[in-house]
Amino acid sequence: MKKVRFIGLAIFLIGLLIFTILPFTGSYSLSENEFQEVLKPEEFALFGQEVTENFSNKKYGFSWQLTSDVFTIYHEKNDALRAVEAWDQVVYSTESDLGLRLARAAQKGPVSSDKGLFLFLTFGLGIIGSLMWIIPGLKIDGPPGIKNTGIYHNSATNRGWIGIVTAVWLVGFYVVLYFKPWIIAENIAVVDPLKGLFKEGAEASQWFLYGILYVVAMSVMGIRMYIKYRHNKYQIVRTTSVLFFQIIFAFLLVEILPLFGLPGRDLKNAMPLDYTFLYKYNVQELLDAGMFGTFLLIWGFVLALIVVPTLVYFYGKRWYCSWVCGCGGLAETLGDPYRQLSNKKLWAWKMERWMVHGVLVFAFILTIWVGWHSYTAITGPEGGDGQSSILGLSAYNIRDWYGFLIGSIFAGVIGTGFYPYFGNRTWCRFGCPLAAYMGIVQRFKSRFRITTNGGQCISCGNCSTYCEQGIDVRAYAQKGENIVRASCVGCGVCSAVCPRGVLKLENGPEAKRFGNEDGPIVLGNDGFKLLK
Amino acid sequence: MKKVVIIGNGISGVTAARHIRKRSDNEITIISSETKYFYSRTALMYIYMGHVRAEDTKPYEDWFWEKNRIDLVQGRVLGVNYKNKELQLKSGNSINYDDLIIAVGSKPNKFGWPGQDLNGVQGLYSMQDLETLEENTSKIDTAVIVGGGLIGVELAEMLHSRGKKVIFLVRESKFWGNVLPEQEGELISRHITANHIDLRFNTELAEIIDDGNEWVKAIKTSSGEIIECQMVGLTAGVSPNIDFLKESDLEINRGVKVNDFLETNIEGVYAIGDCAEFITPVDGRRNLEQVWYTGRIMGETVAATICGEKTPYTPGPWFNSAKFFEIEYQTYGWVHAELRENETDFYWEHENGERCIHVVWDKSSGVFLGLNTFGIRMRHELFNQWLRDKVQVTEVMKNLRMANFNPEFYAHYEKEIVEKFNASTEFNIQLAKATWWQKLLKA
Ligand SMILES: Cc1cc2nc3c(=O)[nH]c(=O)nc-3n(C[C@H](O)[C@H](O)[C@H](O)COP(=O)(O)OP(=O)(O)OC[C@H]3O[C@@H](n4cnc5c(N)ncnc54)[C@H](O)[C@@H]3O)c2cc1C
Ligand code: SF4
Ligand code: SF4
Repeated sequence: MKKVRFIGLAIFLIGLLIFTILPFTGSYSLSENEFQEVLKPEEFALFGQEVTENFSNKKYGFSWQLTSDVFTIYHEKNDALRAVEAWDQVVYSTESDLGLRLARAAQKGPVSSDKGLFLFLTFGLGIIGSLMWIIPGLKIDGPPGIKNTGIYHNSATNRGWIGIVTAVWLVGFYVVLYFKPWIIAENIAVVDPLKGLFKEGAEASQWFLYGILYVVAMSVMGIRMYIKYRHNKYQIVRTTSVLFFQIIFAFLLVEILPLFGLPGRDLKNAMPLDYTFLYKYNVQELLDAGMFGTFLLIWGFVLALIVVPTLVYFYGKRWYCSWVCGCGGLAETLGDPYRQLSNKKLWAWKMERWMVHGVLVFAFILTIWVGWHSYTAITGPEGGDGQSSILGLSAYNIRDWYGFLIGSIFAGVIGTGFYPYFGNRTWCRFGCPLAAYMGIVQRFKSRFRITTNGGQCISCGNCSTYCEQGIDVRAYAQKGENIVRASCVGCGVCSAVCPRGVLKLENGPEAKRFGNEDGPIVLGNDGFKLLK
Repeated sequence: MKKVVIIGNGISGVTAARHIRKRSDNEITIISSETKYFYSRTALMYIYMGHVRAEDTKPYEDWFWEKNRIDLVQGRVLGVNYKNKELQLKSGNSINYDDLIIAVGSKPNKFGWPGQDLNGVQGLYSMQDLETLEENTSKIDTAVIVGGGLIGVELAEMLHSRGKKVIFLVRESKFWGNVLPEQEGELISRHITANHIDLRFNTELAEIIDDGNEWVKAIKTSSGEIIECQMVGLTAGVSPNIDFLKESDLEINRGVKVNDFLETNIEGVYAIGDCAEFITPVDGRRNLEQVWYTGRIMGETVAATICGEKTPYTPGPWFNSAKFFEIEYQTYGWVHAELRENETDFYWEHENGERCIHVVWDKSSGVFLGLNTFGIRMRHELFNQWLRDKVQVTEVMKNLRMANFNPEFYAHYEKEIVEKFNASTEFNIQLAKATWWQKLLKA
């Protein structure tokens, strides 16, 4: 059995290695015709001439050499136009978009020769290897029960060198994915056959690759959750739920709806986590998409303003954070081995409150601002741009900064990249505006609480250690106080790991939600009078 | 304002200090020879098994003590001069007090076995013991554990987690036989065996054999059997750690003798926690109570007394809990190893043999007396109320569903339990519908 594990590990590493070296393989070149095809007319008009003259049929070893050549000319031309204030001729293509188009058209790498083979060599080996590691756990790790043995002895999960290597890889991947996707053109080509399943001959984008990786990581690590927590029905049901919502809603529906000419939207993605919802292009697209589009527009508001708070009132924010949400879903599957790394110190809690509520305020203002802009632009005169600046700040600028700092850096690079260092819920705890919004409801108006079982707590600290949200659960449990905290995502792991059966997540009347009305008191001391 | 000095920074001493601070401005000093900061002894096993780090077992952050003006002194107390109200430390310093709280806890029992002080022979009580264990287990493959109590099972689980072969000697004919009734003892024994621990009942340690270099090489049982091993874990109970207090005016027996108010025979000197021995036991409890929460309650109680509100120790209905490998155990009220004359019982075991409940009540009055539960969590608050109100056993059985404290979506067994209860007793009760459990608690 142990052998199977190690062979699995080797297979996984081979798959990972192949995936990782793809950007460094093959070559990139574009003929004059190909340049003409891949560039948009306005791009070609601006710099097509010069680019084709200098670079057609030039053979590049790496995609970023090609893009860098083209970008230089592109920016020079644009700058020249800006200098003479010829605004109408300036081209606004983003580097991501232009670079990826160029790299995909230019790639002459190994992948194109047999995409199916490479799909197998990367994803295939990765999945097979992981499962060969995970499934023997059924036997090797002993009978069903809490399996945290060795977590702090393992350099993958105690911030040791494996953890650091993992973090570096993840951060690198996110940076490339968000800001320099042309680098992974070969990797993207690997999933073309899967994209083809939805639409024949269609080419995958970096987001499609990310979507596949996301679903695969969640599913494989979901199987690990099923095995690890096979004694715990709450964890099983919850894992099934996040997998369902990720695969069906966040992935399949988004791919399938456009095939029917409908806007592909993740129906469960609620404002303000979905910060692009009120962007002009989004609203316009939905308005143009007929009945279904209008439904989506209304649903967006109903979800954020009615469904979210109502369900938080009845079940706590767990219904979203650890049952439905995609970020939460990844955290609860891929991130499960890292949950102990969250910081439990009081200062971290203070910082959390400032940060997450800061983001919420910012997201709130941004939403209103962008919403107002979209409203005035769409209802205003044809072709007008509405009221795009308030107090001299442009709505475009603000939302781009928000998208960059919060949407990409915080949620992606730090949120997931640093799993092996800060734990699996950094984004959810410190950065997610939706979590902050639901947290306020959960703290002040909800039926959810974690009940502390009288005086049974032995202060062992397992609950606090494994709370991914960095809640010092023990601090409440040892006082006999119930846990009612804005940040609790109701993952149920504190309850699972408690060796004395002290914690139970439950929904009930708001009265006595915090425990004894007189304040915290541990059962079993009749002579002791409580001091407030 | 007076100066309160506490010897021992375990749960009892620390709780006393925290509550004295809540109630007063007294000067507070805690002396301990173990770790600088209070940690949770109950989590020793989780450090060894890699579930948590040592720092995770500290219930309060390090800044807590200064902020609450609790002075921490690391040092060993060698003796007390009660006349001058003065403590002598090993460092040569002395510390004065107005009130003294002795909260020195326990030490593992050693019953004078030949070879008990050899290298590789150890108990499991302190952080130092854990360090020794790390060293001792770094190069062994077989260990013998002596004494079938809670710490013994924890040690077995710890060693098993590092792939060591464990032979577990139990003096009685079943596991934890002085506490658990037969059925539960069997259930747990099966589970321990299923976890690859070699349990040997009715086996006593006679001698630990030296390898010639002051290290263990084997043990001999009282029946003469030789078992080779490189380590011996002594977990045959604990006793108060009070050797340094012997031969003084302080009255001691097995522990420091105290009355209901945790006062010793010397004015201004109190004893709490594992090391306190009640002259008259409270509420049918033992006179030495060596568990976590009683230490906490004694700390809360003595703090009230020291701050001028004289308060007796009244811990309420007995409860406790433990975990044996994967099986959790909770108990509320009294379920003794042997039924008392006035008692009768009901036992249900799940077909998987890893879950059971055992209910005991008074034969003539039908009053509920206690429950053992294995593999099903139960709600302390309800049982506390039921025991206090002396409710009928039928009341408890009827409301079993609300007493269930398992996580959501877990399978429920109450129907099956009540069916069996009705079939095997003269009662015929109906399981109450699930309502919000707090409705059952009277104001
Ligand atoms: C491995 C293990 C697991 C346990 N698990 C559980 C459990 O699950 N549930 C439960 O209820 N109970 C459990 N217990 C028992 C529980 O830990 C004890 O009852 C409790 O810790 C006693 O607390 P205390 O404050 O009385 O003493 P202690 O915690 O023993 O603290 C006494 C302190 O005083 C120090 N000291 C002693 N003498 C001197 C001196 N002369 N000078 C200076 N300092 C001194 C000691 O070094 C020690 O640090 C467990 C015990 C062990 C060892
Ligand atoms: S308190 Fe418990 S349920 Fe809430 S987030 Fe932490 S571990 Fe999960
Ligand atoms: S609640 Fe449970 S896990 Fe947390 S400290 Fe108490 S006994 Fe340990």
